[in-house]
Formats: sequence, structure tokens, C-alpha cells
Amino acid sequence: MISDSNQNIEIEAANLSKHVTSSEGELAILSDFSCAIHAGETVAVTGTSGSGKSTLLGLLAGLDVPSAGTVTFRGQNLADLNEDGRAALRGRHMGFVFQSFQLLPSLTAFENVLLPLELAGISGAKERATHALERVGLTARLRHYPRQLSGGEQQRVAIARAFAPQPAVLFADEPTGNLDAATGSRIVELLFNLNAEAGTTLVLVTHDATLAQRCKRRLQLEGGRLQP
Amino acid sequence: MIAWQLARQQLLSSWRSGEVRVLLFALVLAVAAMTSVGFFADRIQNALARQGGQLLGGDLAVISDQPLPASYSEKARELNLRIATTLEFPSMAMHGEQSQLADIKAVSATYPLLGQMKISDQPYGAERIAEGVPQAGEVWIEPRLAGMLDLKIGDMLMLGERELRVASILQQDPARGGNMFNIAPRLMMNADDVASTNLVQYGSRVRYRLLLAGEPDALTRYRDAVKPMLQRGTRIEDVQDARPEIRSALDKARQFLGLASMASVILSMVAMSLAALRFARRHLDTCALMRCFGASQSLILRVFLLQALMLGLLGSVVGSAIGYSGQEVLARLAGSLFLEQLPLPGWVPAMSGLLAGMATMLGVMLPHLLRLRDVPALRILRRDLGEQSAVSWLAWMPGVIVMLALVFLSARDAKLGGIVLGGLAALALVAGMVALGLGRVLRRVSAAAGGVWRIGMASVLRRPGASIAQVAGFSLGLMAMALLTLVRGDLMHNWQSTLPPDAPNRFVINILPEQIPSIRDFFRKENLAVPEIFPMIRGRLVEINGKPLDTSRYVDARARRLAEREFNLSIADVMQQDNKIVEGRWWRDDERGQPLLSLEEGIAKTLELHLGDRLTYDIAGERITLTIQSLRKVEWDTMRANFFAVTPPGVLEKHPSSSIMSFHLAAGREDVLNRLVRNFSNLTVVDIEAVLSQVRAIMDRMALAIQFVFAFCMLAGLAVLYAALAATRDERTDEVALLRVFGASRQQVRAAILAEFAGIGLLAGIVAAIGAEATASLVSLQVLHIPYSFSPLVGLATICGGLLLVPLAAWLGLRRIVDTPPRQVLLSV
Repeated sequence: MISDSNQNIEIEAANLSKHVTSSEGELAILSDFSCAIHAGETVAVTGTSGSGKSTLLGLLAGLDVPSAGTVTFRGQNLADLNEDGRAALRGRHMGFVFQSFQLLPSLTAFENVLLPLELAGISGAKERATHALERVGLTARLRHYPRQLSGGEQQRVAIARAFAPQPAVLFADEPTGNLDAATGSRIVELLFNLNAEAGTTLVLVTHDATLAQRCKRRLQLEGGRLQP
Repeated sequence: MIAWQLARQQLLSSWRSGEVRVLLFALVLAVAAMTSVGFFADRIQNALARQGGQLLGGDLAVISDQPLPASYSEKARELNLRIATTLEFPSMAMHGEQSQLADIKAVSATYPLLGQMKISDQPYGAERIAEGVPQAGEVWIEPRLAGMLDLKIGDMLMLGERELRVASILQQDPARGGNMFNIAPRLMMNADDVASTNLVQYGSRVRYRLLLAGEPDALTRYRDAVKPMLQRGTRIEDVQDARPEIRSALDKARQFLGLASMASVILSMVAMSLAALRFARRHLDTCALMRCFGASQSLILRVFLLQALMLGLLGSVVGSAIGYSGQEVLARLAGSLFLEQLPLPGWVPAMSGLLAGMATMLGVMLPHLLRLRDVPALRILRRDLGEQSAVSWLAWMPGVIVMLALVFLSARDAKLGGIVLGGLAALALVAGMVALGLGRVLRRVSAAAGGVWRIGMASVLRRPGASIAQVAGFSLGLMAMALLTLVRGDLMHNWQSTLPPDAPNRFVINILPEQIPSIRDFFRKENLAVPEIFPMIRGRLVEINGKPLDTSRYVDARARRLAEREFNLSIADVMQQDNKIVEGRWWRDDERGQPLLSLEEGIAKTLELHLGDRLTYDIAGERITLTIQSLRKVEWDTMRANFFAVTPPGVLEKHPSSSIMSFHLAAGREDVLNRLVRNFSNLTVVDIEAVLSQVRAIMDRMALAIQFVFAFCMLAGLAVLYAALAATRDERTDEVALLRVFGASRQQVRAAILAEFAGIGLLAGIVAAIGAEATASLVSLQVLHIPYSFSPLVGLATICGGLLLVPLAAWLGLRRIVDTPPRQVLLSV
């Protein structure tokens, strides 16, 4: 059962580890990571390339399963759910923005935003999708395919898609990584404004220190370990 | 509901962006190939059987030596079959003082049910199509009879107690049939006149025929209904029973059409599999994203299953429609003959096309759908996940079962289906193994090679799975095309050699031994090639291995007939060229004069005779026992004089004999026949030119039909090549863009692509050439029973085709990307 805990903790990770086996033996990508993220909090996970940021994001969002340790979302241990259970949880409570936008090339901007709404069975999905695209300033681009949009526009569609279902938590993986500085900063503004309006918990993975500064809390990873 | 909505939306979007077009195209092609080749093959088979039916005068004949009870005709009328009756008996025809034994055929007004009779006003004069049959009181006679009895139009001749007027010269009776060596010239009369001749009485040797024509279903029902009530001496024949040379040609044509139709099914399914592979790869991200947004595995399966169903339905409907119009076009192109009274293909084939299309789609898509269902959400962060996920072998089973079912249905011949499927399976296996093994070689070569070659080879190495699929796909496409080319070549060659333009068209029988030298002189004087003359001794089989022949031991009526009738024994020192020993051996020089026998294998089988059996013949009251030393296979469809039983020289010479010869007489030289008969009045000349022309016409039509179906299969083969190319097109687009970004010139990119596909094409060409030659030899020898000729040219063409066509096609497909500025390519990726 999912319930608000007393401390209002949204996501809690305890002694989280992730190992992979390679030809050179076992490789630890993430070791003994623990933290609690409260509702409405904005958290930046920073670190150099290969420090385990994206792995952590995957584990917190239930996209991947840890080698050891637990992740709980609103008191629900994700390990107790099967693949479909975790998918349903993501559908109801989580949104995503990725570095490479991850728009479906065969769907229009509007259809891309509509997809998670329909999957979650939210009523008035079309109106919500239109509204979300209006909010990111793409009213004129509803029927455009991703390949007809610039990088900045594609990321705006991705942001609209992430916020449209009004998720409790938003995971953003290097949201400006593929954009130039000017476009990147506009995207960041948009992301934080929408996040503030909706009061969404934000977990932002970035190696950009300036961007990380915009978050209330910063978790620094190095070699898969959380730095004090 | 959500699944339906998502499926519809995604499919529409995929359609708009062009993603599903290859898959749909392959399905449309598969269904179109299946239905059009299937429809067309069926129609051609019906048409050929019908044209063959002309040789019988109908689709079916009930033949009896007693008048047929009315129940036979009543049953036919019940089934809406058209009927005609004929009576045949030998009788003397007289004109003045002259008389001649004639083969009388009395026909009802509806004769012939199929085909047309041709008549003229004088022997060998201008022919015209006969309208109806001889009027009451009139007869039509063959040119030979006119010559023998000095008859012309308007003369009266006596037949039994009746005087009849010669109204026309009968040039062609489609159902001439009969044993061509024992035929007297024909006289055709109206069935209503038979009674007045008083020739047919109790005990007369009369052959009664009830001819039937109509829908195939009704004919089958008639045959089933009548078979149990057949009395002794009554039998049912269709053209295949009646004319072995036509049957042999029809069987081969049917088998080739089966092969072609099967090849198109296999090719289309391979094209679909390759297209489905691409479809699945393109949707891995969609699935990962859907999983990320909360879609359950079952929802993903439903969404894609619905898309497959919708695509399947659309492809099947369009494919069936194209198939239907395609076969109509083919039928029209193949000549008006095939449209003659043919029932149009109805709803049943269209429905089966639809069902086959849906089954094919689902069978082919299932493993890919399961793969999509299992795509992990983490792929969104780690792109390599889900790419190579394996699906249980069970998932491939429905596709394999659908393929097997369709292949055997379209081949209509289990042995043919087995051989071709076995060949293809072996080829796929070999292609896979070779591609794997070659990977290692390429790794070494590319390490040593420079620039573009390394890039090209690296592309092959990086995608071992896709490369194997591609090599197998190209190999299958090339092999099917080469296989059909080879078998078609063998078949055409076989038919041409069966009935060359100078095939004998006249037989002369009753040649006395002392006439042989003067007949040879006659031919020399007429500037004609001197024909081969074969002695012929008539004998009745009376004992087998010392025991009197008991014909009642043969259950088969045909075996009984064969055993009871007189054999034509012949003498030969060397075996005829178109014969082949299948068991035992031909006699040596020192075996001349020994009582040995070489028997035709078919009659040996029918009469249950074996090598070493001793057969006693009664020849004009004298008995002689001969031991079977060899069994021969005889090509009856060559129309040459051939014998069931042959002895070495020095055995039968003392017995009374006559000889037979056959020769080719060019059109316009028929006057030779009149002189021959005048010089040697005892000779009987049998004209088989009309029969030969009919057989040739049938073979020409079949050859044409085979060419058309062949062309269609080539299209299916090209579709496979296209689908195999398209399978890795997306990745290649990325690579090209990247190479261009890094400053590779267009020439370098072109060279890299050409190098990669030349490697794949060469490999596929070699595998396909070997596979095609091996399978073609099996099909020719084991199924079509025609000689197989190894064709290095086709093999070489296949290899060159792979080496040149594959890179060329690849280049044409990717040219636009290479010519586009890299920035645009990257944006569109």
C-alpha cells in the first residue's frame, strides 16, 4: 500500500548498490547509497560521467532493480512489485525528461504528449495535452513530427509530456545536455517554473553545476558513492 | 479500449511516417502472389485439362462394350452435365466394286462436347470448322478412305444395308484417339442412321461412349456416383487415362506451377519476416517509453497485436484484390484460350487469400510481438537493452506451421514440397553458418585492409544477427529465382526435345518383309530421309514361368485388357535412343539368337512381371519362351514407334512378321502418301499430324503459362531482396550521416557501402547457386522425371547477380542519404 509517511518522504533509498558483471570481473556502478527525498523537494544528483548518476535515476524510478538495498516510494518497496506493478506506479506518479528527448518519431508532438495520459487512463486527455503544449509555447506545432522540430522545441514537447499527467515526481536526466547554452537556459526556466507551479518533487541528474544550484539539495556522486 | 485507441493512433502515425509500408508491401505481395499464382494455376489447370478434354471429346467418357443403360445419362442430366453419345465399330465400306475396312464412328447431334471438328471438300483441301455432325443419310470420310475407295463429295457408298452420301472430307476429329497402329480410316455418320445399316447386332464388336462435359464439381460428383454401378466391361476415363503423352505433359506443367506458387509463398514470407524484423526494431523505443509511462506487458502485446491484425486485414484485402486482378490480367495475356468457358474464381479463393494473409501476418509477427512485449523500460537509459533479446523457439512455431501449410497447399505435391523445403532449410542453415564463419575471416581481413574496406567490413561484423538474416534473405531470394530458372529451362528443353518440329507425323503399318528394299528406294526417289523400319511380330502371352496365364488374377481391368490382347514384339540389335534401361542390361553381341526379352517397365509393373521371369508367347500357333533380361523406360510422349517387348536378332525372324515405320512429312507434300499407297497397295498410312498439332498447342500454352508465373515469382524474389536491404537501412542511415560528419567524401561512403554489400552479395550468390543447382537436380530427376542438365551459366549468373545487384540496389536505396547534407540527415535520424 502507498501512503504518505509521517515525514512526508516521497522516495527513500536504503543501502542501494548496483553491480554488473563484465569480462574483467564484477564492476560496482553504485555502492551503498542511501537518501530520502521529501515531497515537493528539488534534488540535483551531480557527478562526472560514469559516476553512477543515471544508474541511480533508473533505480529510484523503478526502471531497474538494485543488486542490493531497497527503494521505497511513499512507503511501497519497489522490490515487492513485479515489472508491471512498477510500470503502473510510474504511470500514476512519475514523469520523465531525458537528455535525448525520447520522443517517438512516428507520433506528432500532440500525440507524444497524449501517450502517457492515455496510458494512465486520464479523462479529458486531449484537452490536457493541448493545454500542456500551450504552456510550453508550442500551440502552433501540435501536428508536427519530432523531425520537423528543433532540439529546443523537442525538449519542450518532452517537458509538456512529463507535466501533462501531473506526476508526483519528475525525473530529469541531463535535460539540457543536448542543447546549446541559450536554448538550455530557456528550457531550465520552463522546467523550474512548471515544477514550482505544480509543486512536483524533482530529481534532476546533471553534471552542470549552475543547473544544480537551482535545486534545494544537491547529492554529489563519485565512483558510485555519495560524497558527504 | 485504450489498446485499440493506441494501436489505431500508432498505426496511423506509422503509416503517415512511412514506417509500416515495407511490411505492408511484403504482405500485399505475399497475398497477391499466393492468390494470383494460385488462382491462375487453378484456371490454367482447368483450361489445360479442358483442352486435353478435346482429345477425348469431353471432360469424361463412360466407355462400354454394351449399350449403356439410360441411368448413366439420367444421372448426368441431374448434375447439369452436357452429354453426347458415340458408337464405334469396324465395318466394310463399299463403293462400286471396291471395299475397304473402315472405322465407323456414329455420333449424336451434340458431339463433340469440347473442341471442334474440321472438314473440307476434297482430301487435304482447305479446312473449315464443321457446324454440327453429319446429317441423317450422309457421312464424312477421312482423306485416306476417299483415296482408297476413289470417293469424292456427292458419291454414294454402301455401309451394311444402307446407302449413304459422302457430304464432306473429315480432316480432324479432336477425339481421334484409339490405338494408332490398328486403325482403319474413319467414317463418321449420324447415330440415327445406325439402325438402318443393320450392322449392330448381338455380339457385334461395338464400343459405346457416353461423353460428359461440365463443371469440375459436377464431374467429380458424377464420377463418384457412377463408379459403384460400373459393370464388367464398362469404365470411366478422363483425358489423363486416355492419353499418356498428354498426361505426362499436364503433370509436369502442374508440378512446375506448384513449384512456382510455392516459391512465391516462401519468398513472400521471407520478405515479411525481414520486414517484421525491421518493424520490431523500429518499435523497441516506443515500447520502452510505453513501459516507462506505465504500460503493462499485456497492454503492449495487445497494442501491437491489434496493429498486426489491422495491417494483416488491410494487406490481405488489398493483396487479394491485386491477386484477383493479376490472375485475370495473366489469363488474358496468356491467350484467349484460357478464358474459354472457364468458371471465374469465386469467393472461396478470395476468402482463403484473406485467411492465408491473416495467418501469415500473425505467424510471422508473433516472435517479434513477444520481443516487443519483453522490452525493458530501462532501455530508455541504456539503448543496447532489448536489441538482441531472444524469443523462445516455440514463438517461431506458428509461423513455421503457417509456412509449411501454405507451401504444401500450393505445391499440391508432398514430394515436391518436401524437396524444396528441405533445400531451403539446408540453404538457410548453410548461409547462417557461412555468414558466422566468414565473420572471423572478415575480422582478420578488415584488420589488414585499409579505409573504406575496413568500414564496410566493420558494418557486417557489428551486426552479426542482422548480417546473417540478410545473407540468408538474399540467398533465399537468389536461390528461388535460380531454382525456377533452372527447372524451367530443363522443362522447356525437355518439351522441345519431346516433340521437335521434325517429329514423325505419319506411321506406315503392314509392311511386308520383301517390300522393305523397294520402300527404301521409294523414299530415296522422293528425296525424303529413309525412315527406320521396325519388324513387328504379333503374339499372345499364354504362360508366365511355365504356368498358363490366368487373367482373372489381375484386379485391375487395365491389366486384364493388356494381358489379353496381342502383343507387338519387335527385334532390335541396339536399343532405341529414347529408351533407358532401368533394371538388368541390354544384350551383348554374343547373346544374339538367345531367347531373351527386354520389357517396358510400365507393363512389367502392371502385369507384375520381374527380371528373370519366363514368358511364353503364342505366335501364329507356335510357342516360344523368352526370359526377361532387362526392363526399359520408354518416353511414350515422343510419338516415335516404340515397343513393349523387344528380342535380340536371330530369335523371331522365322515367324511371320510385318513391319512398321514412322517418318516426318512436311506440310504440302501429302501427295507422296497417295503415290506410296498406289505403289504399295497393302500399306496402311496412319496420319497423326492432327494429334501432334494438338499436343504441340497444349505444350505451347503450358510453356507460355509457365513463363508468366515465372515472371511473377521473380517479382517476389526482388521483394525479398528489397526487404533484406530495408532491414538494416535505419542503422546504415545513422552510419552514413556520421561518416559524412567526420569528413568522409561521398566517394568514400559509396565505396564503403558497395564494399559491404558486395561482400554480402557474393556470399549470398555462392550459397544460392550451390543450393539452386542441388535442389533443381532433385526436382527435375525426382519429381518431374526429366533429365537434369547442370548449368554453370545460371550458377555464374546467380553469383554475379549477388555480387552486382545487391550492392547496386543498396546504393540506389542509400544514394539520397549520401547526397543530402549531413546536418539534414542527422536531424531526420
